[in-house]
Amino acid sequence: MRALLLRDLRLAFRSGGGFGLGLAFFLILAILVPLGVGAEGTTLGRIAPGILWVGALLACILSLDRIFALDHEDGSLDLLATSPLPMEGAVAVKALAHWLVTGLPLTLLAPGLGVLLNLAPAGYPWLVLSLLLGTPTLSMVGAFGAALTVGLRRGGLLLSLLVLPLYVPTLIFGAEVVRRGAEGMALATPLALLAAISLGAAALLPFAAAAALRVNLR
Amino acid sequence: MVMTVRNLAVARGGVTVLQGLDLALSAGQALTLRGPNGSGKTTLLRTLAGLQPAAAGEIDLNPETVAYAAHADGLKSTLTVAENLAFWSAIYGGPSIDRAIAAMDLAKLTRRRAGELSAGQKRRLGLARLLVTGRPLWLLDEPTVSLDVASVALFAGVVRDHLAQGGAAIIATHVDLGLPEATILDLDPFRTRILARDGFDEAFA
Repeated sequence: MRALLLRDLRLAFRSGGGFGLGLAFFLILAILVPLGVGAEGTTLGRIAPGILWVGALLACILSLDRIFALDHEDGSLDLLATSPLPMEGAVAVKALAHWLVTGLPLTLLAPGLGVLLNLAPAGYPWLVLSLLLGTPTLSMVGAFGAALTVGLRRGGLLLSLLVLPLYVPTLIFGAEVVRRGAEGMALATPLALLAAISLGAAALLPFAAAAALRVNLR
Repeated sequence: MVMTVRNLAVARGGVTVLQGLDLALSAGQALTLRGPNGSGKTTLLRTLAGLQPAAAGEIDLNPETVAYAAHADGLKSTLTVAENLAFWSAIYGGPSIDRAIAAMDLAKLTRRRAGELSAGQKRRLGLARLLVTGRPLWLLDEPTVSLDVASVALFAGVVRDHLAQGGAAIIATHVDLGLPEATILDLDPFRTRILARDGFDEAFA
């Protein structure tokens, strides 16, 4: 398991690994939105939580199809499936690697971009916390979608269509946490739901994704 | 007995390609699969490896004993030769990579990236992976593709050592590996015959 995690991280950081693609997209979005909306502080501050969450979500989607497609192309997915590593474990590890390469950097970068979007100061800790709790869901659900579409050529479009509806609850509760946090309101309920979705996804989806992979490898 | 197969039928894309196959393989034995393209060699190996279910029949085989080598080598082009091998060794909890590197004559290439290797060198690296799995039953799908004569001989020697140590191998190949001890199994008699035309006509009558 650790070997697979280290290999995936190493591959992501080497040339052509795709690390930074999501981050660059997130950065570009957060720079362009103030230019497009106009520098009027109150409007920006009001839409900042939503924009930051939508940006993080789309940035995450960009690299989803790489989770299994590359391994499928070069044959290592077949070899992993016949290895002693349980498929469920391999899926979970690959989702974790995706999160470490995409979700975690996005979370760390988000406060800096919050400044660009004039997010209210009280919102920053909640922005980081909500992304920290919510982005693992994005990677895990994404891994499930990638497992479903692994054998398909140009499966990226289908993959986005499959995972987007599953991302909606995370987006709603995540942005809600930040909005309430920024306005100083109570936010225990959306935060708890966000965490619950993450835990549920982490507990159930490795099994679903492994089953989908087994079918696709036939 | 490393593996026993009774009355096995295998299917590809919903079409049964082989049926009525009985096989038995014990330690130290090698089996060479012969048959024209599309005769089901790869499908049979994938079924034995557990990647797809058998259409019928029984496979008595411990999946923990199998190392499968497909057409594709499963190499990561941005990782070096040593990193590629070390990864699989760690996955299988297998032996160190030094023996595999020496056996497949990769010592001079360990620090090269797999993407910079020639096709034959990649294949040698892919086959070296078998040695770090530490598994007794090798299922090899066209292992000699893009290997030169010297490398084929080298690989035949590796297989012979593996058999001598109590391993077993099933090899789908068109090339004579130079393994006289290997039993040759021609898959042609087990191929599914296309149904008689009458059967179809009835449906449209």
